[in-house]
Amino acid sequence: MANIQDKIAKQFPEATFEDGEILLVNIPDAKWHDLAKFLKEDADLHFDHLITIIGMDWVDKFGCVYQLSSTKYNTQISVKVATEERENPMIHSVSDIWKIATTFEREVYDFFGIIFINNPDMRRLFLSIDWKGYPLRKDYDMSPENNPVPTENERQEDVTYSYVEDENGNVEKKTIAIFQPEDYVVNIGPQHPATHGVLRFRTAVDGETIKKIDFYSGYIHRGIEKLCEGLTYPQTLHFMDRMDYFSGHHYHHALCIAYEKALGIEISRRAQVIRVLMDELARIASHCLFLGTYCMDLGATTMLFYTLRVREQILDIMERTCGARMTFNYGCIGGVMQDLHEDFVKDVKELLAVLPKNIKEYNELFIGNVIAKGRLENIGNLSFEDAISYGVTGPSGRASGWACDVRKTHPYSIYGGLDFDEVVYTEGDSMARTKLRIAEMEQSAKIIEQLIDNIPDGEYCVKVPKVIKLPVGRWFQMVEGCRGAFGVYIESDGGASPVRLKLAPPCLPLANVVDHITQGYKIADLITIGGSLDYIVPDIDR
Amino acid sequence: MYDLSIITNWIHELLLSVMPGWLATTIECVAIGVALLLVYALLALFYIYFERKVCAAFQCRLGPNRVGPLGLLQSFADMFKMLIKEIITLKNVDRFLFALAPYLVIIASMLSFSVLPWGNGLQIIDFNIGIFFLIAVSSIGVLGILLAGWSSNNKFTLIGALRSGAQMVSYELSIGLSVLTMVAFAGTMSVTGIVEAQKDLWFIFSGHIPAIIAFVIYLVAGTAETNRGPFDLPEAESELTAGYHTEYSGMHFGFFYLAEYLNLFIVSGVAALLFFGGWMPLHIPGWEGFNEIMDYIPSVLWFIIKAIVISFVIIWFKWTFPRLRIDQLLNLEWKYLLPINLFNLVLMVLVIVYGLHF
Repeated sequence: MANIQDKIAKQFPEATFEDGEILLVNIPDAKWHDLAKFLKEDADLHFDHLITIIGMDWVDKFGCVYQLSSTKYNTQISVKVATEERENPMIHSVSDIWKIATTFEREVYDFFGIIFINNPDMRRLFLSIDWKGYPLRKDYDMSPENNPVPTENERQEDVTYSYVEDENGNVEKKTIAIFQPEDYVVNIGPQHPATHGVLRFRTAVDGETIKKIDFYSGYIHRGIEKLCEGLTYPQTLHFMDRMDYFSGHHYHHALCIAYEKALGIEISRRAQVIRVLMDELARIASHCLFLGTYCMDLGATTMLFYTLRVREQILDIMERTCGARMTFNYGCIGGVMQDLHEDFVKDVKELLAVLPKNIKEYNELFIGNVIAKGRLENIGNLSFEDAISYGVTGPSGRASGWACDVRKTHPYSIYGGLDFDEVVYTEGDSMARTKLRIAEMEQSAKIIEQLIDNIPDGEYCVKVPKVIKLPVGRWFQMVEGCRGAFGVYIESDGGASPVRLKLAPPCLPLANVVDHITQGYKIADLITIGGSLDYIVPDIDR
Repeated sequence: MYDLSIITNWIHELLLSVMPGWLATTIECVAIGVALLLVYALLALFYIYFERKVCAAFQCRLGPNRVGPLGLLQSFADMFKMLIKEIITLKNVDRFLFALAPYLVIIASMLSFSVLPWGNGLQIIDFNIGIFFLIAVSSIGVLGILLAGWSSNNKFTLIGALRSGAQMVSYELSIGLSVLTMVAFAGTMSVTGIVEAQKDLWFIFSGHIPAIIAFVIYLVAGTAETNRGPFDLPEAESELTAGYHTEYSGMHFGFFYLAEYLNLFIVSGVAALLFFGGWMPLHIPGWEGFNEIMDYIPSVLWFIIKAIVISFVIIWFKWTFPRLRIDQLLNLEWKYLLPINLFNLVLMVLVIVYGLHF
């Protein structure tokens, strides 16, 4: 850590540092683009993965916190860039360094109104284009008169804007057309069976071949980050089931770890084991559902029922212990909400007994099928470099050869002491992404097998204060959700609710990369590729 | 074997004895038309029920089981619902073509329906180019689909229609060539003639290798021709919502739906005719006793059961395989099926010329 600090200080004397769990670098905006380039390209630093950009309103100034990670050394760093201008805040874009930054910066622009100079696409990301104000600013007026419920169709624009800086430092607004006049644009979504939710792809096609996709989201944006700022810490937990509804346990886990870290609470081994068991069961269920719906998208409807059979069994286990089949609300600060059901161990063992047979059947029925091979192999290839640059984590990233499993790179909870393999394929096509998920189901089963016979005794939830107040500070925690790395960033001023709670979901990068990897393929391949990335729309929109 | 033509001739004579010839023919035409429509509708309803039950069995489900015993009345209820639904007319569509399209599709399927060999002496139209007529009228269906896709003024339907056009025109070739192979073997294009030629042994046995190849190709091409999975690209719901019939509602949609199921029956029926003897019972040369027993089973039953068994295989495809992509679909036809088919035709001719068949 000190080494990194020295290196940066030598190159950029104007940088100041704040210690913490993760080193934070303060840099003026003028130097930020150079620092970003240095951080990524220097061989000893190699911060090639931009985890997220956290827009911030510190009342006296606006700014961003960039969370970076090195895929080579597994180190993390935060960079803080601020501007004191409140009327027209501007920061330099890093979209040429990390490709995912284009979309992350759009999100910050949407919520804070910070304009990123040289970003090629400065539109709102989630809110409608006529939205007044920037909701995550602290002085945002929430009165409904400002943004009445629209009674007309939403206005659409076929252009985007870019703020380009010339040599003299003058910033000029440019208008860029999204599609060419001769393009035949097909609207896939927001209501479409293959988008798995309300997401819209405006697809320019040439016959059956895709030329360009404009990804348009925000139809189920609920402003969870904004809502959290008005809630107490335990209340914020309940939103975690409502993003990626298959990774509810994982997201709870992430936020719980972050709060426990901040409060200095040590939880019992029993609670940790229960959390990990639930995470892995949920992972199997999620991958089962992925496989089923994916096959259904490809026209093999029957597979859906074979995979749902296993998922149903897992949901029954969950229902007995958590009391719910979908929004579990199981994790809480200090442990879990209730103890395990008395039949839990028996039920899980029954599941483990049938799982290998089912996995074999999936492989025979679908993966080995000649039509499936023709549809999946060499379709939607994502290279190793692009996977990192576009921030594609989770099974999709690992299928491109990027070992990005947070359980291995930044072990949390008891994962460090468990024996399981990180499955990594190098093909990067849709087939690799599909096969990888099946292999991960086996690995999850391996973890469950290790834990199910020795769940330690102890309390399932330790005593925590009635009113939870986090000390002043900032925390960042990542976990491996079903679809990739999920991060939470909390900033606290010592009060009972967070100043800023940023959720960095894995699905936004996944949906964002669709345009890049579908170009030149057929319309039918859009379904194949989109399905194999397995994004969940509520997770994108939040 | 009961020859049902005795009954039909008797009715004809009876009518002639009380009225002039033109009136008798008119009455017969109307009666047959009504009977065909009834059989058509009932078969479609049966097929809807059959497919749902079969698919449920594949998917570890029960299928329809609430309306009537074993859910038998489910498809009647569905049909009734379809009949009372409003037919929505959309803005900015080509009204005339939009309304015409479903009728074209259903007329094509009904015309081909009438050529099928229902039973011994139950041939509705029996003329010397029967099978040629069948192929000709069944091709009208693609026009209906193209019109439906075009006139709906919707990008999804248009893409569906284009896919459908490419697919059906291509696979028509395979169907034509495999039918041609069997016609060469039978030496006649008349439907009755083809059935009669299988009196001793069904073509799939007597024609051995080339007949089996032709059957496999026919089955693949027939599945593609009826737009069923794994070749259901024109209506690929996960890509094009519902393809060419996205914008149709009520009975107009019902026509597409009916025609699709009936085309399944027609394709299976033609397969039964060309390879499994049509209504001809299973006869094995030399086994006189066995042949006698087989003759006791009515010929109508023979035909319908054969068709349903072949349909079952096609339904089995649909619920097992994923869908192909359009370029893979066309590759399969032009690069594999067509050359194999041409080769197979030559092989069949050699078999006939040298008398290598049974």
